[in-house]
Amino acid sequence: MTNTTSTGAAGEHHGAEVEAAIAGIRVTAPATLLLRTLLATGLADAYATMDSPAGPVFVAWNTRGVSMIARAGNPGAFEEQFEREIGRRLERVQALPSRLGRAVARRLAGDRSVLIAVDLRGRSPFEEAVLRKALEIPSGEVRPYGWIAAEIGRPNAVRAVGTALGRNPIPLLIPCHRVVRSDGHIGEYSMGGPDVKRRVLTAEGLDLERMEGLARRGVRFVGSDTTRIFCMPTCRHARRIMPKHQVTFGSLAEIARANYRPCHVCRPVAAAA
Amino acid sequence: MNEPLAERLASDLDGSFETLVREHQDRLFGLALRYLGSAADAEDMAQDAFVRAYRALTSYEPARVRDLDLRPWLTTILLNVCRNHVARPARRAAVSAVVVDDSVALVADRRGEPEAQVDRLEAAERWSRLVTALPPAYRAAVLLRHLDGMSYQEMSAVLGRPEGTLKAQVHRGVALLRAGFEAEERGHAARPAEHSPGSRHFPVPTVRTQEAMS
Repeated sequence: MTNTTSTGAAGEHHGAEVEAAIAGIRVTAPATLLLRTLLATGLADAYATMDSPAGPVFVAWNTRGVSMIARAGNPGAFEEQFEREIGRRLERVQALPSRLGRAVARRLAGDRSVLIAVDLRGRSPFEEAVLRKALEIPSGEVRPYGWIAAEIGRPNAVRAVGTALGRNPIPLLIPCHRVVRSDGHIGEYSMGGPDVKRRVLTAEGLDLERMEGLARRGVRFVGSDTTRIFCMPTCRHARRIMPKHQVTFGSLAEIARANYRPCHVCRPVAAAA
Repeated sequence: MNEPLAERLASDLDGSFETLVREHQDRLFGLALRYLGSAADAEDMAQDAFVRAYRALTSYEPARVRDLDLRPWLTTILLNVCRNHVARPARRAAVSAVVVDDSVALVADRRGEPEAQVDRLEAAERWSRLVTALPPAYRAAVLLRHLDGMSYQEMSAVLGRPEGTLKAQVHRGVALLRAGFEAEERGHAARPAEHSPGSRHFPVPTVRTQEAMS
């Protein structure tokens, strides 16, 4: 043991058989290791089916958050869409992890106290700003496309906002269905068209008929003659105004003449820009 | 694409990390398997090591990533993960009873007669069991040297011991394995039914444990 060079050389000779034996116990890693590692680092995603207000959906996620939601149908089509739009490896699994599954279900049921991470890697900064802004619209309310455009500091990019919302990879969770046209038409919906959009909005407690009725009459804002505050028509504060105190406005100019201030919650000035 | 992997990790981590996993997964899984003796634990530890490596790579400056010697670096992470795993209180009871998982496919050649193949598998299983039962310091040294084929210089960086110490530990480990194998052979001939995979197979218990625990 003390003279390592000389005994080492002799040992190598004696141990050759042992060394060959050790070299002979090399193995290949199980096929699952690569995928598990990529899932754990957020470089691959898993997906499973769950129920939603718009019917069964596929939900894809990774360690960074939920990455894609689409109506459940042909898994092959969903995988192709994922490959096309996101490009990471995708693996189908039995179900969402129980905590994530519960959180998503509660969030879809309108519970905004549940925080769910969303993974928007690959989206442009503009698209990400649009989608994150849409996350702020509460359940049971809607905002026009122009409101998002103004809120993110791009008041002239109304069309681009529509495009970005149309490409929303995580519908329902990112509530692009709560963004409607300023004339009161509810507009398009990437996840099954306007009928599905109506169904989801109604399920969230939005009074669609009231909203559309006001829009048909040219009403863009609703105010209270007691507080002298004006709101977006679906703002939770607007809905509390008693009918006898409710005042309606078609434009900011009318409001300026009446000298009302904008609601701090729904920030209606942005929508009029 | 012939750019060194460390270079690619520095410039595009997410785009090249899968290559890193593919290139090193057999090595890391194999080391963990022979170090711990359980395929399920080995897969967990290899995954854990890769995840830690990924997190480290996201936090390092590009220059530091470019200079990484990936093989010893990953091996260091893996051995730390394995040692922590073994040291966990819940694990301690199970450590003495080393179970070799034979469900793992050996890379070793699959040619030859079926009987010869069975013999080879049987021998591989016995050697695996013996290696896993070595005292930790000898086990790590022998595995890095002869399973992974590392130089003593690399081993010194990974294990933080002088090269001379490592040469002695490898030598001693190999001698212990040989002695264990021969003792088993004799034991097999005498009482083949009483073979227990959990027991120590080494007739030489006077290893320097102080050093062995480093």
